[in-house]
Amino acid sequence: MSVTNEAMHDDLKQASFFKTLSIVDWAFAAFVLYGTGYAYYLYNYLMDGYEVAILFGTGASLIAMGWWWKPSRMLMAAIAFLSLSAVYLYEPAVIALKEKGMGSADAMFALSNLDDKENSKFLFKYFLSSTSAIMWMSALYIMATLVYFYHLGLRNVYAGKVATAMTWSATTMGFVGLMVRWRESYLLSPDIGHIPVSNLYEVFILFSIITALIYLFYERKYKTKTMGGFVLLVISAAVAFLLWYHFSKGAHEIAPLVPALQSYWMKIHVPANFVGYGAFALAAMLGMFFLFIEHAKKPSTANQVIALILIFGVAILTFLANFGADSFNTIALNLAYSLATCAVFWVMGFGIVRAMRLIGENNLPKLDMLDDVMHKSIALGFGFFTIATVLGAAWAAEAWGGYWSWDPKEVWALIVWLNYAAWLHMRLMKGLRGTPLAWWSVVGLLVTTFAFIGVNIFLSGLHAYGEL
Amino acid sequence: MSESEQTTKTNNGLASRRSIVLDFLGSMNLAITIFVIIAIASAIGTVLKQNENYLDYIIKFGPFWHEFFLSLNLYDIYSAGWFAFLLAFLMISTSVCIYRNTPHMLLEMRNFRLNSKIKSIKLINGSRTWPLDGDAEQATKNITQLFRVQGYKTKSKQHDDRVIVAAMRGRWNRLGYILGHLGMIVVPLGFIIDSTMDIAFLEWSGKRAIDKESVYVKDMPKESQLQPDTLLSFRGNVSISEGQKSNFTLLRIRDGSMVQYLPFAIELKDFRVEHYDSGAPKSFESDLIIIDKEKDKRFEQTISVNHPLYYRGYTIYQASFGDGGSKLNLKVWPFYDYKKQTLEVDTFVRGNRVLDTSAGQLTLEIIDFKKYNVRPAQVGDPEGKKFVNDGSSYVFKVRDKSGQAREYNNYMSPVNQDGRYMFISGMRTNPSESYRFLHIPADDQFTVERFMNFHALLNNTERVHAIATSTVSTTLKNAPDSEKYKANIIKTMMELLDRFNIGGFDAIKEHIDRAEVSSEQKDKMADAYQKVLNTLLQAVYMDVLQQEGVDSSKPISEAQERFYFDALATLGGLHRYGTPFYAQLTDFTHVESSGLSIARLPGKNVFYFGSLMTIIGIFLLLYVNQQRLWAVIYKDESGQQTLVFAGSGSRNTEDFRRHYQQLVEKLERVLGLSK
Repeated sequence: MSVTNEAMHDDLKQASFFKTLSIVDWAFAAFVLYGTGYAYYLYNYLMDGYEVAILFGTGASLIAMGWWWKPSRMLMAAIAFLSLSAVYLYEPAVIALKEKGMGSADAMFALSNLDDKENSKFLFKYFLSSTSAIMWMSALYIMATLVYFYHLGLRNVYAGKVATAMTWSATTMGFVGLMVRWRESYLLSPDIGHIPVSNLYEVFILFSIITALIYLFYERKYKTKTMGGFVLLVISAAVAFLLWYHFSKGAHEIAPLVPALQSYWMKIHVPANFVGYGAFALAAMLGMFFLFIEHAKKPSTANQVIALILIFGVAILTFLANFGADSFNTIALNLAYSLATCAVFWVMGFGIVRAMRLIGENNLPKLDMLDDVMHKSIALGFGFFTIATVLGAAWAAEAWGGYWSWDPKEVWALIVWLNYAAWLHMRLMKGLRGTPLAWWSVVGLLVTTFAFIGVNIFLSGLHAYGEL
Repeated sequence: MSESEQTTKTNNGLASRRSIVLDFLGSMNLAITIFVIIAIASAIGTVLKQNENYLDYIIKFGPFWHEFFLSLNLYDIYSAGWFAFLLAFLMISTSVCIYRNTPHMLLEMRNFRLNSKIKSIKLINGSRTWPLDGDAEQATKNITQLFRVQGYKTKSKQHDDRVIVAAMRGRWNRLGYILGHLGMIVVPLGFIIDSTMDIAFLEWSGKRAIDKESVYVKDMPKESQLQPDTLLSFRGNVSISEGQKSNFTLLRIRDGSMVQYLPFAIELKDFRVEHYDSGAPKSFESDLIIIDKEKDKRFEQTISVNHPLYYRGYTIYQASFGDGGSKLNLKVWPFYDYKKQTLEVDTFVRGNRVLDTSAGQLTLEIIDFKKYNVRPAQVGDPEGKKFVNDGSSYVFKVRDKSGQAREYNNYMSPVNQDGRYMFISGMRTNPSESYRFLHIPADDQFTVERFMNFHALLNNTERVHAIATSTVSTTLKNAPDSEKYKANIIKTMMELLDRFNIGGFDAIKEHIDRAEVSSEQKDKMADAYQKVLNTLLQAVYMDVLQQEGVDSSKPISEAQERFYFDALATLGGLHRYGTPFYAQLTDFTHVESSGLSIARLPGKNVFYFGSLMTIIGIFLLLYVNQQRLWAVIYKDESGQQTLVFAGSGSRNTEDFRRHYQQLVEKLERVLGLSK
C-alpha cells in the first residue's frame, strides 16, 4: 500500500515544467545566456535595435529548443566549440599574415592552402576553414545516405547507429561551415561581412542541415532509422548541386551584399523559409517511400501511370526550359537526353520496388507511420513557410516599396502556400489519407523546388540575387 | 468541414435553396478548385512577363495573340477583373465556412459534454472499464487531480445514476480554425484596399485617362492628373536631380502613365553612393528635404535602401540612382580637315548640340555619364590589385539628318593597355551590339595632341607634298637618273596617302586587288607600296615630333616608336569610326539623381493584421490538439461500482493513443485498479 501511496503522490503532484529540468539543462541555459550576453557585449556597437532583439530572441529559442529536444544541446555545444576554435585559430594567423603585407583574402587563402608551405595551417586546410567544413558535411551526408540504405536493406543495427552518428556529424560540420563563413566574411572586410544565407550556395547548405535536423528529430521520436535513406537522398541531391556549384562556378567565394539585402530581415526571413522548404522536402521523400512500399505490397497500374506522367512531365519541362535558339542537333540531343533520363528513372523505380519486396514488409516502416510523419512535417513546414512569407512581405514593404508586388518569387511562394494549404485541408477536413496525399506531397516537392530554384533560373524579378 | 457536412445533413428535408447555395459556397471541393485556379493564374503571370512595353509583346506574339492576350488582361493579370473575382470568390467561400462552423466551434470550446451517456462513452475507441472499490468521492477527487496535472481543464457533474468527470485541453485549437480563416478574409481585404480598382473605375467612368505621349509632366492633360486625395492607394516613381524638387510621382499604367501629385514637395539636397572594390554599389542614400506647406512643416531626412521615410501615410523609398544632368566640357577634334579648329563644347547629360562637320550637320546627344568604370584586373596584376578603375566615361549618340545614329562611349583619361596608355572610344551602331573600340595612343604628356597633329598633318596635302619631295630627294640623292623617277614616286606616295587617309589600309589593299596583274606581281606591288607609304608616314611623323620640339638629331625613344605603330594601327582603321570628329571629355561636374519610389498603401496594416491572425490560427490549428477525457463512476446492474474511462483527440491519433495509454496506467496506479 505504501508503494501505491508513493506512486499516487508522484502522479498527482503538479509537475512544474521547470522541475523536470536537470542540472545539465540549467548549465546549458546558463552557457547560452552567457554566450548571448558576450556576443552583445562584443558587437552591440554594430547592431541596431532589431538585431539586438534577434540576438536575444535566438538565445531564448536555443534554450527552448535545447530543453524541449535534448540531443540538440550536444549539437549546439559541438558547433560552438568548433566554431570558436576556428575563430580562435584564425585571428592571430590572419593578423600575422596581414603584417607581412597580405590582403585579407590572400591571408585566408594562404592559411587554407597547403601548397603555401610557409603560411598554411593543417587544421584550416583540412577541417576548420568554411570550405573544408562544408566538404566534410557533403561527404558525411552522402556516406550517411549509403549507410542508411545498407541499414534498411540488411537490418544491420550497427550500421543504423553509424548512419545516425554520421548525420549528426554532417549537420554539425554544416553549421560550423556557415558559422566560420560568417566570420570569414568579416575578416575579408568589415563592410563585406554578413550572415551566410545570402545566395544560392549558402542556402543550399542551410537547406541540407535543416532537413537533416528535422529528420533526426523524427528518427528519435519514432525510434526507427528506416526512413533515413530516403530522406537523406534529397539532402545528397542538394549536396551534389552544391559541389557542382562550388567547382564549376566558384560559388563558394564570399561576395559582398547588394544594398537591398543589407537588412536584419534576412536573418529571420531566410531561415524561416528553409524550415518550410526542408520540411516539405522531407515530407515528399517520405511520400515517395510510402508509394514504393505500397507498390511493392500491391502493385497498382494507377500508380505506375502517375509516376510515368510525372517523370515524363518533368523531363519535357526541363527540355522545354533548355529550348531557346538551339540548333536542331542540340535540340535532338537534349530530347534524347531527357528521354534517356526518363528511362533511367523508370528502371530505377522498378529496381527499388524489387528491393522493397526483398527487404520484406515487416522490415519496412509501417505505412501509417510514414503517413503520420509526412503530415507532421507538412504541418511544421506550412507554419514556418507562412511566417517566412509574411516576414518577406514585411521586408519588401521596407525595401521595395510595397509589401506585395506580385514578383515571381512572391507569386511562387503563394502557389506553394496554396498547394500545402489544400493538402492540409484534404487531410484534416476531408480526412483523406495515404496514397493520394503521398502523391500530392511528391508533386508538392516539384512545385517547391521550382519556387526555390526554378524561379531564380527561369524567371527574372526582384529576387535576382539567387541567380545561378 | 466534415463536421459541418454532418450538421447540414441532419436538417434533412429542409434543404432550402439558401442552404444549397451555402453548401456549394462552403464546400471543400469549391475551395480547393479556387486554390488551384488561383495558383495556375498566378503562375501564368510569372511566365508571361507583366507590364512590359506593348511593342515588345507585339514583336513577341504577333498582333493576333497580342490582342487576344490583351483582351484577357494577361499583361497585368494581378489587377485584372477576373483575378479580383477569383479572390473575391475565395473570400466568400471562406466566409461561408466561418459562418457555418463558428457557432459549433465556439460550443466545442466550452462544452465539456458532461451529459454524455455511459453507453456512448463506452463506445469511444479504446475505452476501459474497471470495477472500482472504495470511496467514489475520493476517487473522483483523485481523477480530477490526475487530469489537472496533465494540463486538462475539468468539470464534474453528479447525475442521478452516475458521476461524470469530463476534461478537456487544447481547446484553442478551435479558435485557431476561426482565426486562421478570418485572417484569410482580412488579407485579401488589404489587397483590395491597395489595388488599382479605384483608378480602373475612374478610367471606366471616363473621368481620367492615361497619357501615352507627353514627354514632360507639365504637358500632361488634365485627365491624366491625380490630386493627393483622388486615389486610395498608389505606387509611383520619380527621379529627382540634386538640388531639384518635385511634388509629384509618375504612375505607370499599362502602356501609358498618369501623374500623381503629392501634398508636399521633396527636394533632393544630396545624393551619395558608396562602392565596393568591385565597383558594385555598396550603399546609396539621399538627403531629402520635405517641404509641406499645408502643415507648415519643413524637415530633412536621409533615406537609403531598406530605410524609407514615412510621412503622412506616404512612404518614400530609395529605389535607384542615375545621372541628374552632369555638366560636361568637351573638346571636339575634327578628323580629315586640317584647317578646322578644335571646338570647345559645354553641355550636359540629356542635352543636345548640333555640330557643323565635314560630313554636314550632326547632332550630338549626350546620353549618360559614369564617374567610375571598375573592371576585374587581369590575372597576375603586377600590383596585386583585384579591380582596376578606368576612370570616367560618357555615352553619346551622333545622329545625322536622316535620323540614323551611332552610339559612342568615350573615356576621359587614357587607359593602360599592356603598358601603353590609350584614349578609348567605343562605337556601336545598335544598342544590342557590343562596342568596338578605337584606341588613340596618348603622347608623352598623356594627351591626344600628337595623334591629332599627326592626323592633321597627313591630311595637309601641301605640307605632305613638301615632306614627300624632300624625303624622296634625300633618299635618291646618289641614285642615277633620280630626276626621272622622282616625280613618279612622289605622285605614287601622294596617291597612296590619299587612299590611306580615306580608307586606311583596307583601301590600299582593295586598290592592289583590283589591279589587273598576276598574283605574283600583286605581292611585289604590295611590298613596294608598303615601303613607299611607310617612308612617307615616317617622314611625316618625324615632322610632327620636330614640331613638338623633339631633338631630331637623336634617335627617337622606344615610346615614341611604339606610338608611331599604335597611331598607324588606329589611323588605318579610322574610316570605320563613322564620325568625323573625336569628342574628348576634358572636364565635368557630376550631378546625380536619385530614383525614388513613392507609395501610399493604407491596406498594409490590414494585411499585417490578417497575416498575424492567419499565423496564430495556423499554429493553434496545427500544433494544438484538442483532447477530451471522460471518467464515469456508476453502479452496474449487479450493483458493482464501476469506472469507465475514455478519451479522444482531434488529430495526431498516434500521439494521443500513446498519451491515453499512459493515462490508463496512471489511473490504475492512482486508484489501485486491477488490470
